[in-house]
Amino acid sequence: MISKSFKKSLWIFHVNSGSCNGCDIEIVAALTPRYDVERFGIKLVGSPRHADVMALTGPITSDMEDKVKRVYEQMPDPKVVLVVGSCGISGGVFHESYHLAGPVNKVLPDATCVYVPGCPPRPEAIIDGVVKAWKFLESAGGGE
Amino acid sequence: MKYTVPIGPIHPALKEPIAINCTVSGEEITDVDVVASQNHRGIEWIGMNRNNPVQTIYIAERVCGICNFCHPACLIMAVEEIADIDVPERAQYIRVIQSELERIHSHLLWAGVAAHELGFDSLLHYTWMVREKVMDTLEIVNGNRVTKAIMMYGGVRRDIKDEHVPKIREMIKYYQDLFDKVAKLFLEDKTIKMRTRNIGILTKEDALKLQAVGPTVRASGVKKDVRQDTPYFAYPDFDVKAITPDMLTGKVVGDTYDRIVVRLLEVKQSVEIIEQALDEMPPGEIISEQKIPKLLAKIKRAEGEAIGRHEAPRGEDIHYVKLKSGFESLYTWKVRAPTYSNIMAWRPMLMHHQIADIPIVAASIDPCLSCTNRAVVTENNEEKWLTAEDLHNLSVKKTKEMMK
Repeated sequence: MISKSFKKSLWIFHVNSGSCNGCDIEIVAALTPRYDVERFGIKLVGSPRHADVMALTGPITSDMEDKVKRVYEQMPDPKVVLVVGSCGISGGVFHESYHLAGPVNKVLPDATCVYVPGCPPRPEAIIDGVVKAWKFLESAGGGE
Repeated sequence: MKYTVPIGPIHPALKEPIAINCTVSGEEITDVDVVASQNHRGIEWIGMNRNNPVQTIYIAERVCGICNFCHPACLIMAVEEIADIDVPERAQYIRVIQSELERIHSHLLWAGVAAHELGFDSLLHYTWMVREKVMDTLEIVNGNRVTKAIMMYGGVRRDIKDEHVPKIREMIKYYQDLFDKVAKLFLEDKTIKMRTRNIGILTKEDALKLQAVGPTVRASGVKKDVRQDTPYFAYPDFDVKAITPDMLTGKVVGDTYDRIVVRLLEVKQSVEIIEQALDEMPPGEIISEQKIPKLLAKIKRAEGEAIGRHEAPRGEDIHYVKLKSGFESLYTWKVRAPTYSNIMAWRPMLMHHQIADIPIVAASIDPCLSCTNRAVVTENNEEKWLTAEDLHNLSVKKTKEMMK
Protein backbone atom coordinates (compact mmCIF):
# COMPACT_ATOMS: atom_id res chain seq x y z
CA MET A 1 0.00 0.00 0.00
CA ILE A 2 2.66 2.47 0.96
CA SER A 3 6.00 2.14 -0.82
CA LYS A 4 7.85 4.83 1.06
CA SER A 5 7.54 6.31 4.49
CA PHE A 6 5.24 9.23 5.13
CA LYS A 7 6.82 12.58 4.68
CA LYS A 8 4.05 13.94 6.80
CA SER A 9 1.24 12.62 8.97
CA LEU A 10 -2.21 13.38 7.63
CA TRP A 11 -4.44 15.26 10.00
CA ILE A 12 -8.15 15.16 9.35
CA PHE A 13 -10.88 17.57 10.31
CA HIS A 14 -14.32 16.00 10.25
CA VAL A 15 -17.28 18.08 9.08
CA ASN A 16 -20.81 16.72 9.28
CA SER A 17 -22.90 18.72 6.84
CA GLY A 18 -26.25 17.05 7.55
CA SER A 19 -25.29 13.41 7.30
CA CYS A 20 -27.36 10.54 8.66
CA ASN A 21 -24.44 9.43 10.91
CA GLY A 22 -23.87 6.21 8.98
CA CYS A 23 -20.65 7.54 7.41
CA ASP A 24 -19.59 9.30 10.60
CA ILE A 25 -19.58 6.10 12.63
CA GLU A 26 -17.65 4.35 9.87
CA ILE A 27 -15.03 7.13 9.96
CA VAL A 28 -14.67 6.56 13.72
CA ALA A 29 -14.57 2.80 13.10
CA ALA A 30 -11.67 3.40 10.70
CA LEU A 31 -9.81 5.24 13.46
CA THR A 32 -10.37 2.64 16.19
CA PRO A 33 -8.41 -0.60 16.75
CA ARG A 34 -9.91 -2.93 14.11
CA TYR A 35 -8.84 -0.70 11.20
CA ASP A 36 -6.60 1.64 13.16
CA VAL A 37 -5.43 4.35 10.78
CA GLU A 38 -3.85 6.12 13.73
CA ARG A 39 -0.86 3.80 13.35
CA PHE A 40 -0.05 5.76 10.15
CA GLY A 41 -0.20 9.05 12.05
CA ILE A 42 -3.63 9.83 10.64
CA LYS A 43 -5.80 11.40 13.29
CA LEU A 44 -8.78 13.65 13.81
CA VAL A 45 -7.93 17.16 14.92
CA GLY A 46 -10.06 19.77 16.64
CA SER A 47 -9.39 22.73 14.37
CA PRO A 48 -9.48 23.16 10.59
CA ARG A 49 -6.29 25.26 10.86
CA HIS A 50 -4.35 22.12 11.77
CA ALA A 51 -5.84 19.90 9.08
CA ASP A 52 -4.65 18.64 5.71
CA VAL A 53 -7.82 16.80 4.82
CA MET A 54 -11.45 17.70 5.41
CA ALA A 55 -13.57 14.57 5.78
CA LEU A 56 -16.97 15.76 4.66
CA THR A 57 -20.08 13.67 5.23
CA GLY A 58 -23.64 14.51 4.29
CA PRO A 59 -25.33 16.19 1.35
CA ILE A 60 -24.67 19.79 2.63
CA THR A 61 -27.97 21.24 3.77
CA SER A 62 -28.78 24.89 3.11
CA ASP A 63 -28.01 25.76 6.74
CA MET A 64 -24.54 24.27 6.55
CA GLU A 65 -23.44 25.76 3.21
CA ASP A 66 -21.68 28.85 4.58
CA LYS A 67 -20.20 26.88 7.49
CA VAL A 68 -18.64 24.30 5.17
CA LYS A 69 -17.19 27.11 3.03
CA ARG A 70 -15.75 28.83 6.09
CA VAL A 71 -14.13 25.66 7.39
CA TYR A 72 -12.63 25.02 3.94
CA GLU A 73 -11.21 28.54 3.74
CA GLN A 74 -9.62 28.20 7.18
CA MET A 75 -7.60 25.15 6.15
CA PRO A 76 -4.01 25.77 5.02
CA ASP A 77 -2.91 24.80 1.48
CA PRO A 78 -2.41 22.21 0.06
CA LYS A 79 -5.67 20.63 1.11
CA VAL A 80 -8.02 17.90 -0.02
CA VAL A 81 -11.70 17.31 0.61
CA LEU A 82 -12.44 13.66 1.32
CA VAL A 83 -16.12 13.25 0.44
CA VAL A 84 -17.37 10.23 2.36
CA GLY A 85 -20.67 8.72 1.23
CA SER A 86 -22.90 8.92 -1.79
CA CYS A 87 -24.91 11.93 -0.62
CA GLY A 88 -21.93 14.27 -0.83
CA ILE A 89 -21.24 13.08 -4.37
CA SER A 90 -24.69 13.43 -5.88
CA GLY A 91 -27.14 14.08 -3.08
CA GLY A 92 -27.70 10.33 -2.84
CA VAL A 93 -31.10 9.36 -1.46
CA PHE A 94 -31.75 13.00 -0.59
CA HIS A 95 -31.44 14.33 -4.16
CA GLU A 96 -34.30 16.66 -5.20
CA SER A 97 -34.89 17.71 -1.60
CA TYR A 98 -35.77 21.38 -1.12
CA HIS A 99 -33.25 21.96 1.65
CA LEU A 100 -29.97 20.94 -0.02
CA ALA A 101 -27.23 23.31 -1.14
CA GLY A 102 -25.00 20.41 -2.21
CA PRO A 103 -23.60 18.27 -3.71
CA VAL A 104 -20.04 19.19 -2.82
CA ASN A 105 -18.86 20.29 -6.26
CA LYS A 106 -21.58 22.96 -6.25
CA VAL A 107 -20.58 24.38 -2.86
CA LEU A 108 -16.78 24.02 -3.22
CA PRO A 109 -16.22 24.20 -7.01
CA ASP A 110 -12.45 24.78 -6.75
CA ALA A 111 -11.67 22.09 -4.18
CA THR A 112 -9.72 18.94 -4.94
CA CYS A 113 -12.03 16.14 -3.93
CA VAL A 114 -11.48 12.45 -3.29
CA TYR A 115 -14.81 10.67 -3.53
CA VAL A 116 -15.60 7.59 -1.45
CA PRO A 117 -18.96 6.24 -2.68
CA GLY A 118 -21.17 3.98 -0.61
CA CYS A 119 -24.11 4.32 1.72
CA PRO A 120 -22.25 4.12 4.02
CA PRO A 121 -18.81 3.15 2.63
CA ARG A 122 -16.89 0.47 4.50
CA PRO A 123 -13.91 1.57 6.63
CA GLU A 124 -11.57 -0.10 4.10
CA ALA A 125 -12.97 2.19 1.38
CA ILE A 126 -12.46 5.24 3.58
CA ILE A 127 -8.83 4.22 4.22
CA ASP A 128 -8.36 3.83 0.46
CA GLY A 129 -9.71 7.35 0.00
CA VAL A 130 -7.31 8.68 2.61
CA VAL A 131 -4.38 7.05 0.80
CA LYS A 132 -5.48 8.71 -2.46
CA ALA A 133 -5.65 12.05 -0.67
CA TRP A 134 -2.20 11.44 0.80
CA LYS A 135 -0.76 10.69 -2.66
CA PHE A 136 -2.19 13.94 -3.98
CA LEU A 137 -0.78 15.95 -1.09
CA GLU A 138 2.68 14.37 -1.50
CA SER A 139 2.70 15.24 -5.21
CA ALA A 140 1.50 18.76 -4.43
CA GLY A 141 4.51 19.24 -2.18
CA GLY A 142 2.64 18.97 1.09
CA GLY A 143 5.48 17.02 2.67
CA GLU A 144 8.32 19.41 1.97
CA MET B 1 -19.60 39.48 33.81
CA LYS B 2 -21.63 37.24 31.56
CA TYR B 3 -20.42 35.72 28.33
CA THR B 4 -22.08 33.56 25.72
CA VAL B 5 -20.10 30.54 24.66
CA PRO B 6 -21.31 29.21 21.32
CA ILE B 7 -20.79 25.49 20.83
CA GLY B 8 -21.41 24.18 17.35
CA PRO B 9 -22.71 23.72 14.73
CA ILE B 10 -19.21 22.48 13.86
CA HIS B 11 -17.34 21.56 17.02
CA PRO B 12 -14.91 18.74 17.80
CA ALA B 13 -17.04 17.54 20.72
CA LEU B 14 -20.13 17.29 18.56
CA LYS B 15 -20.36 14.57 15.99
CA GLU B 16 -23.35 16.23 14.42
CA PRO B 17 -24.31 19.81 13.62
CA ILE B 18 -26.28 21.58 16.33
CA ALA B 19 -25.70 24.89 18.07
CA ILE B 20 -25.76 25.12 21.86
CA ASN B 21 -25.43 28.66 23.16
CA CYS B 22 -24.40 28.67 26.79
CA THR B 23 -24.42 31.83 28.85
CA VAL B 24 -21.66 31.59 31.43
CA SER B 25 -20.74 33.57 34.47
CA GLY B 26 -17.17 32.64 35.26
CA GLU B 27 -17.08 28.87 34.90
CA GLU B 28 -20.71 28.40 35.82
CA ILE B 29 -23.39 27.90 33.17
CA THR B 30 -26.35 30.18 33.81
CA ASP B 31 -28.45 29.69 30.67
CA VAL B 32 -28.68 27.24 27.80
CA ASP B 33 -30.24 27.73 24.40
CA VAL B 34 -30.36 25.11 21.67
CA VAL B 35 -30.66 25.97 17.98
CA ALA B 36 -31.42 23.01 15.74
CA SER B 37 -32.16 22.87 11.99
CA GLN B 38 -28.72 22.36 10.48
CA ASN B 39 -29.45 18.73 9.72
CA HIS B 40 -32.83 19.19 8.07
CA ARG B 41 -32.85 17.26 4.81
CA GLY B 42 -36.55 17.27 3.95
CA ILE B 43 -37.00 13.54 4.41
CA GLU B 44 -40.73 13.69 5.17
CA TRP B 45 -41.29 15.78 2.06
CA ILE B 46 -39.45 13.18 -0.03
CA GLY B 47 -41.57 10.42 1.49
CA MET B 48 -44.77 12.30 0.76
CA ASN B 49 -43.90 13.51 -2.74
CA ARG B 50 -41.10 11.77 -4.55
CA ASN B 51 -41.14 8.17 -3.37
CA ASN B 52 -43.59 5.31 -3.39
CA PRO B 53 -44.12 3.57 -0.03
CA VAL B 54 -41.52 0.85 -0.70
CA GLN B 55 -38.86 3.42 -1.63
CA THR B 56 -39.80 5.32 1.50
CA ILE B 57 -38.60 2.40 3.66
CA TYR B 58 -35.08 3.08 2.41
CA ILE B 59 -35.30 6.82 2.93
CA ALA B 60 -36.62 6.09 6.46
CA GLU B 61 -33.43 4.11 7.05
CA ARG B 62 -31.44 7.21 6.20
CA VAL B 63 -33.25 9.28 8.82
CA CYS B 64 -30.47 8.04 11.05
CA GLY B 65 -27.58 5.81 10.17
CA ILE B 66 -27.10 4.54 13.73
CA CYS B 67 -30.69 3.55 14.48
CA ASN B 68 -31.46 2.56 10.91
CA PHE B 69 -33.76 -0.24 12.01
CA CYS B 70 -36.14 1.68 14.27
CA HIS B 71 -37.35 4.24 11.74
CA PRO B 72 -38.37 1.74 9.02
CA ALA B 73 -39.81 -0.43 11.82
CA CYS B 74 -42.13 2.35 13.00
CA LEU B 75 -43.14 3.29 9.46
CA ILE B 76 -43.87 -0.30 8.58
CA MET B 77 -45.87 -0.96 11.75
CA ALA B 78 -48.07 2.03 10.96
CA VAL B 79 -48.60 1.08 7.29
CA GLU B 80 -49.22 -2.57 8.16
CA GLU B 81 -51.93 -1.51 10.57
CA ILE B 82 -53.68 0.68 8.00
CA ALA B 83 -53.41 -1.67 5.03
CA ASP B 84 -54.12 -4.73 7.18
CA ILE B 85 -51.01 -6.65 6.11
CA ASP B 86 -50.24 -9.87 7.99
CA VAL B 87 -46.75 -10.65 9.24
CA PRO B 88 -45.53 -14.25 9.68
CA GLU B 89 -44.45 -15.29 13.18
CA ARG B 90 -40.86 -15.99 12.12
CA ALA B 91 -40.50 -12.52 10.63
CA GLN B 92 -41.59 -10.99 13.96
CA TYR B 93 -38.82 -12.91 15.74
CA ILE B 94 -36.24 -11.81 13.16
CA ARG B 95 -37.37 -8.23 13.69
CA VAL B 96 -36.83 -8.60 17.43
CA ILE B 97 -33.32 -9.99 16.88
CA GLN B 98 -32.44 -7.18 14.47
CA SER B 99 -33.79 -4.58 16.84
CA GLU B 100 -31.73 -5.91 19.75
CA LEU B 101 -28.56 -6.22 17.64
CA GLU B 102 -29.02 -2.57 16.81
CA ARG B 103 -29.42 -1.69 20.47
CA ILE B 104 -26.15 -3.46 21.36
CA HIS B 105 -24.20 -1.67 18.62
CA SER B 106 -25.75 1.70 19.43
CA HIS B 107 -25.17 1.51 23.19
CA LEU B 108 -21.55 0.37 22.77
CA LEU B 109 -21.01 3.16 20.29
CA TRP B 110 -22.41 5.59 22.83
CA ALA B 111 -20.25 4.22 25.63
CA GLY B 112 -17.18 4.83 23.46
CA VAL B 113 -18.25 8.37 22.61
CA ALA B 114 -18.93 9.08 26.30
CA ALA B 115 -15.43 7.87 27.20
CA HIS B 116 -14.04 10.14 24.47
CA GLU B 117 -15.93 13.15 25.83
CA LEU B 118 -14.36 12.48 29.23
CA GLY B 119 -10.94 12.48 27.60
CA PHE B 120 -10.50 8.76 28.27
CA ASP B 121 -9.51 7.80 24.72
CA SER B 122 -8.06 4.38 25.52
CA LEU B 123 -11.51 3.35 26.74
CA LEU B 124 -13.03 4.72 23.52
CA HIS B 125 -10.72 2.48 21.52
CA TYR B 126 -11.40 -0.52 23.74
CA THR B 127 -15.20 -0.11 23.49
CA TRP B 128 -15.11 0.29 19.73
CA MET B 129 -12.92 -2.78 19.43
CA VAL B 130 -15.50 -4.73 21.43
CA ARG B 131 -18.25 -3.29 19.25
CA GLU B 132 -16.73 -4.75 16.08
CA LYS B 133 -18.06 -8.15 17.17
CA VAL B 134 -21.69 -7.07 16.80
CA MET B 135 -20.82 -5.25 13.55
CA ASP B 136 -19.45 -8.54 12.21
CA THR B 137 -22.64 -10.30 13.24
CA LEU B 138 -24.73 -7.64 11.51
CA GLU B 139 -22.62 -8.07 8.39
CA ILE B 140 -23.05 -11.85 8.41
CA VAL B 141 -26.81 -11.60 8.79
CA ASN B 142 -27.48 -8.55 6.61
CA GLY B 143 -24.60 -8.30 4.18
CA ASN B 144 -23.72 -4.77 5.27
CA ARG B 145 -22.19 -3.33 8.39
CA VAL B 146 -24.38 -0.33 8.98
CA THR B 147 -27.41 0.07 6.74
CA LYS B 148 -29.42 -3.12 6.92
CA ALA B 149 -32.31 -2.85 4.40
CA ILE B 150 -34.02 -5.74 6.22
CA MET B 151 -37.55 -4.42 6.73
CA MET B 152 -40.39 -4.86 4.25
CA TYR B 153 -44.15 -4.49 4.56
CA GLY B 154 -45.42 -7.89 5.69
CA GLY B 155 -42.15 -9.33 6.96
CA VAL B 156 -38.42 -9.09 6.50
CA ARG B 157 -36.26 -9.41 3.41
CA ARG B 158 -33.63 -11.84 4.65
CA ASP B 159 -33.91 -14.92 6.80
CA ILE B 160 -31.62 -15.87 9.67
CA LYS B 161 -30.29 -19.12 8.26
CA ASP B 162 -29.02 -22.13 10.20
CA GLU B 163 -25.41 -21.26 9.41
CA HIS B 164 -25.90 -17.80 10.98
CA VAL B 165 -27.08 -19.17 14.32
CA PRO B 166 -23.69 -20.44 15.63
CA LYS B 167 -22.12 -17.07 14.72
CA ILE B 168 -24.80 -15.19 16.64
CA ARG B 169 -24.43 -17.56 19.62
CA GLU B 170 -20.69 -16.94 19.55
CA MET B 171 -21.39 -13.21 19.77
CA ILE B 172 -23.77 -13.77 22.70
CA LYS B 173 -21.10 -15.74 24.55
CA TYR B 174 -18.49 -13.07 23.79
CA TYR B 175 -20.59 -10.31 25.30
CA GLN B 176 -21.73 -12.36 28.28
CA ASP B 177 -18.11 -13.14 29.15
CA LEU B 178 -17.12 -9.52 28.67
CA PHE B 179 -19.89 -7.80 30.60
CA ASP B 180 -18.18 -7.84 33.99
CA LYS B 181 -14.97 -6.41 32.56
CA VAL B 182 -16.71 -3.57 30.70
CA ALA B 183 -18.91 -2.80 33.71
CA LYS B 184 -15.80 -2.65 35.91
CA LEU B 185 -14.02 -0.32 33.48
CA PHE B 186 -16.93 2.08 33.29
CA LEU B 187 -18.44 1.92 36.74
CA GLU B 188 -15.52 1.42 39.11
CA ASP B 189 -13.02 3.77 37.50
CA LYS B 190 -12.33 6.63 39.88
CA THR B 191 -11.96 9.29 37.15
CA ILE B 192 -15.20 8.35 35.40
CA LYS B 193 -17.03 8.35 38.71
CA MET B 194 -15.72 11.81 39.58
CA ARG B 195 -16.65 13.22 36.19
CA THR B 196 -20.15 11.72 36.04
CA ARG B 197 -21.51 11.21 39.60
CA ASN B 198 -23.90 14.07 40.50
CA ILE B 199 -23.20 15.76 37.16
CA GLY B 200 -26.10 16.57 34.82
CA ILE B 201 -28.88 15.49 37.17
CA LEU B 202 -32.33 15.13 35.66
CA THR B 203 -34.85 14.69 38.46
CA LYS B 204 -37.83 12.38 38.08
CA GLU B 205 -40.19 15.39 38.11
CA ASP B 206 -38.24 17.18 35.36
CA ALA B 207 -38.00 14.01 33.31
CA LEU B 208 -41.76 13.53 33.43
CA LYS B 209 -42.46 17.22 32.83
CA LEU B 210 -40.16 17.39 29.79
CA GLN B 211 -41.42 14.02 28.54
CA ALA B 212 -37.99 12.54 28.12
CA VAL B 213 -37.84 9.00 26.74
CA GLY B 214 -35.62 5.95 26.66
CA PRO B 215 -32.50 5.48 28.79
CA THR B 216 -32.58 9.19 29.70
CA VAL B 217 -35.91 8.86 31.52
CA ARG B 218 -35.19 5.38 32.86
CA ALA B 219 -31.99 6.67 34.46
CA SER B 220 -34.20 9.12 36.37
CA GLY B 221 -36.16 6.21 37.79
CA VAL B 222 -39.22 6.19 35.51
CA LYS B 223 -40.09 2.66 34.40
CA LYS B 224 -41.04 3.48 30.83
CA ASP B 225 -40.27 1.17 27.91
CA VAL B 226 -42.46 0.57 24.86
CA ARG B 227 -41.37 -3.07 24.77
CA GLN B 228 -42.83 -3.46 28.26
CA ASP B 229 -45.82 -1.12 28.08
CA THR B 230 -47.34 -1.95 24.69
CA PRO B 231 -45.43 -4.93 23.25
CA TYR B 232 -45.22 -5.22 19.47
CA PHE B 233 -43.45 -7.59 17.01
CA ALA B 234 -42.74 -10.76 19.03
CA TYR B 235 -42.06 -8.85 22.27
CA PRO B 236 -45.20 -10.18 24.05
CA ASP B 237 -43.36 -13.54 24.18
CA PHE B 238 -40.42 -11.98 26.02
CA ASP B 239 -40.32 -10.78 29.58
CA VAL B 240 -38.90 -7.31 28.94
CA LYS B 241 -38.70 -5.10 31.99
CA ALA B 242 -37.76 -1.42 31.92
CA ILE B 243 -34.27 -1.04 33.34
CA THR B 244 -33.58 1.53 36.05
CA PRO B 245 -30.18 2.18 37.68
CA ASP B 246 -31.30 0.95 41.13
CA MET B 247 -31.18 -2.60 39.75
CA LEU B 248 -27.39 -2.44 39.94
CA THR B 249 -26.49 0.37 42.33
CA GLY B 250 -29.52 0.28 44.61
CA LYS B 251 -30.40 3.94 44.19
CA VAL B 252 -31.60 6.41 41.59
CA VAL B 253 -29.77 9.72 41.27
CA GLY B 254 -30.63 10.58 37.65
CA ASP B 255 -27.11 11.77 36.82
CA THR B 256 -24.76 10.94 33.96
CA TYR B 257 -23.37 7.94 35.86
CA ASP B 258 -26.87 6.46 36.10
CA ARG B 259 -27.32 6.83 32.37
CA ILE B 260 -24.14 4.81 31.83
CA VAL B 261 -25.48 2.13 34.20
CA VAL B 262 -28.80 1.90 32.37
CA ARG B 263 -27.17 1.54 28.96
CA LEU B 264 -24.75 -1.14 30.11
CA LEU B 265 -27.58 -3.13 31.69
CA GLU B 266 -29.59 -2.78 28.50
CA VAL B 267 -26.79 -4.32 26.46
CA LYS B 268 -26.95 -7.31 28.82
CA GLN B 269 -30.73 -7.43 28.47
CA SER B 270 -30.53 -7.29 24.66
CA VAL B 271 -28.09 -10.18 24.60
CA GLU B 272 -30.50 -12.23 26.72
CA ILE B 273 -33.43 -11.37 24.42
CA ILE B 274 -31.47 -12.46 21.34
CA GLU B 275 -30.56 -15.73 23.05
CA GLN B 276 -34.18 -16.44 23.91
CA ALA B 277 -35.34 -15.45 20.40
CA LEU B 278 -32.90 -17.87 18.78
CA ASP B 279 -34.18 -20.69 21.00
CA GLU B 280 -37.86 -20.02 20.40
CA MET B 281 -37.86 -18.86 16.78
CA PRO B 282 -40.50 -20.83 14.88
CA PRO B 283 -39.86 -22.10 11.31
CA GLY B 284 -41.89 -20.80 8.38
CA GLU B 285 -42.27 -17.96 5.90
CA ILE B 286 -40.50 -14.65 6.44
CA ILE B 287 -42.73 -12.45 4.28
CA SER B 288 -46.46 -12.60 3.57
CA GLU B 289 -46.41 -10.93 0.14
CA GLN B 290 -43.42 -11.54 -2.12
CA LYS B 291 -44.58 -9.49 -5.13
CA ILE B 292 -43.76 -5.81 -4.70
CA PRO B 293 -46.28 -4.49 -7.33
CA LYS B 294 -49.09 -6.40 -5.60
CA LEU B 295 -48.02 -4.98 -2.26
CA LEU B 296 -47.88 -1.44 -3.64
CA ALA B 297 -51.35 -1.84 -5.14
CA LYS B 298 -52.68 -2.97 -1.76
CA ILE B 299 -51.13 0.02 0.01
CA LYS B 300 -52.47 2.36 -2.68
CA ARG B 301 -56.01 1.11 -2.07
CA ALA B 302 -55.72 1.42 1.71
CA GLU B 303 -57.12 4.38 3.56
CA GLY B 304 -56.71 5.46 7.17
CA GLU B 305 -54.18 6.58 9.73
CA ALA B 306 -52.03 4.91 12.34
CA ILE B 307 -49.10 5.37 14.67
CA GLY B 308 -46.05 3.10 14.76
CA ARG B 309 -44.18 2.99 18.08
CA HIS B 310 -40.87 1.30 18.68
CA GLU B 311 -38.36 1.39 21.51
CA ALA B 312 -35.28 2.62 19.68
CA PRO B 313 -31.88 2.60 21.44
CA ARG B 314 -32.42 6.25 22.35
CA GLY B 315 -36.04 5.94 23.42
CA GLU B 316 -39.51 5.79 22.05
CA ASP B 317 -39.72 6.52 18.33
CA ILE B 318 -43.10 7.45 16.84
CA HIS B 319 -44.15 7.61 13.20
CA TYR B 320 -47.57 8.91 12.25
CA VAL B 321 -48.77 7.79 8.82
CA LYS B 322 -51.90 8.63 6.89
CA LEU B 323 -52.79 6.87 3.66
CA LYS B 324 -55.35 8.02 1.14
CA SER B 325 -56.91 5.74 -1.42
CA GLY B 326 -55.52 6.36 -4.91
CA PHE B 327 -52.54 8.35 -3.63
CA GLU B 328 -49.18 6.96 -4.80
CA SER B 329 -47.00 8.13 -1.89
CA LEU B 330 -47.73 8.32 1.81
CA TYR B 331 -50.39 11.00 2.25
CA THR B 332 -48.91 12.19 5.56
CA TRP B 333 -45.77 11.04 7.31
CA LYS B 334 -44.55 12.52 10.57
CA VAL B 335 -41.46 11.35 12.37
CA ARG B 336 -40.98 12.02 16.08
CA ALA B 337 -37.52 10.77 16.93
CA PRO B 338 -36.49 10.12 20.56
CA THR B 339 -33.87 12.88 20.69
CA TYR B 340 -36.59 15.41 19.91
CA SER B 341 -38.07 14.68 23.33
CA ASN B 342 -34.75 14.35 25.10
CA ILE B 343 -33.10 17.53 23.85
CA MET B 344 -35.17 19.71 26.20
CA ALA B 345 -33.58 17.89 29.13
CA TRP B 346 -30.26 19.55 28.30
CA ARG B 347 -31.32 22.76 30.04
CA PRO B 348 -32.01 21.40 33.55
CA MET B 349 -29.02 19.06 33.19
CA LEU B 350 -26.51 21.76 32.24
CA MET B 351 -27.68 24.56 34.51
CA HIS B 352 -25.15 25.56 37.19
CA HIS B 353 -22.50 23.11 36.05
CA GLN B 354 -19.10 23.96 34.64
CA ILE B 355 -18.14 24.56 31.02
CA ALA B 356 -15.94 21.45 31.03
CA ASP B 357 -19.00 19.32 31.77
CA ILE B 358 -20.90 20.38 28.63
CA PRO B 359 -19.56 17.64 26.31
CA ILE B 360 -20.28 14.69 28.59
CA VAL B 361 -23.65 15.99 29.75
CA ALA B 362 -24.68 16.78 26.19
CA ALA B 363 -23.55 13.33 25.10
CA SER B 364 -25.27 11.62 28.04
CA ILE B 365 -28.71 11.72 26.41
CA ASP B 366 -27.14 10.06 23.35
CA PRO B 367 -28.30 12.84 21.03
CA CYS B 368 -29.03 11.80 17.49
CA LEU B 369 -29.59 15.01 15.63
CA SER B 370 -29.99 13.58 12.18
CA CYS B 371 -33.17 12.04 13.61
CA THR B 372 -34.36 15.27 15.10
CA ASN B 373 -34.14 17.98 12.46
CA ARG B 374 -37.22 17.17 10.51
CA ALA B 375 -40.23 19.45 10.87
CA VAL B 376 -40.90 22.63 8.95
CA VAL B 377 -44.37 24.06 9.55
CA THR B 378 -46.02 26.41 7.08
CA GLU B 379 -49.71 27.13 6.85
CA ASN B 380 -50.95 28.94 3.72
CA ASN B 381 -47.66 30.87 3.71
CA GLU B 382 -48.73 32.54 6.94
CA GLU B 383 -46.97 32.43 10.23
CA LYS B 384 -49.27 31.18 12.92
CA TRP B 385 -48.36 31.12 16.56
CA LEU B 386 -49.74 28.33 18.68
CA THR B 387 -49.44 28.47 22.45
CA ALA B 388 -48.40 25.44 24.44
CA GLU B 389 -52.03 25.08 25.54
CA ASP B 390 -53.29 24.99 21.93
CA LEU B 391 -50.74 22.31 21.06
CA HIS B 392 -51.67 20.28 24.12
CA ASN B 393 -55.38 20.46 23.30
CA LEU B 394 -54.74 19.53 19.67
CA SER B 395 -52.67 16.52 20.68
CA VAL B 396 -55.25 15.34 23.22
CA LYS B 397 -57.98 15.65 20.59
CA LYS B 398 -55.94 13.75 18.02
CA THR B 399 -55.00 10.98 20.46
CA LYS B 400 -58.65 10.49 21.40
CA GLU B 401 -59.56 10.23 17.70
CA MET B 402 -56.82 7.68 17.11
CA MET B 403 -57.85 5.53 20.08
CA LYS B 404 -61.41 5.02 18.83
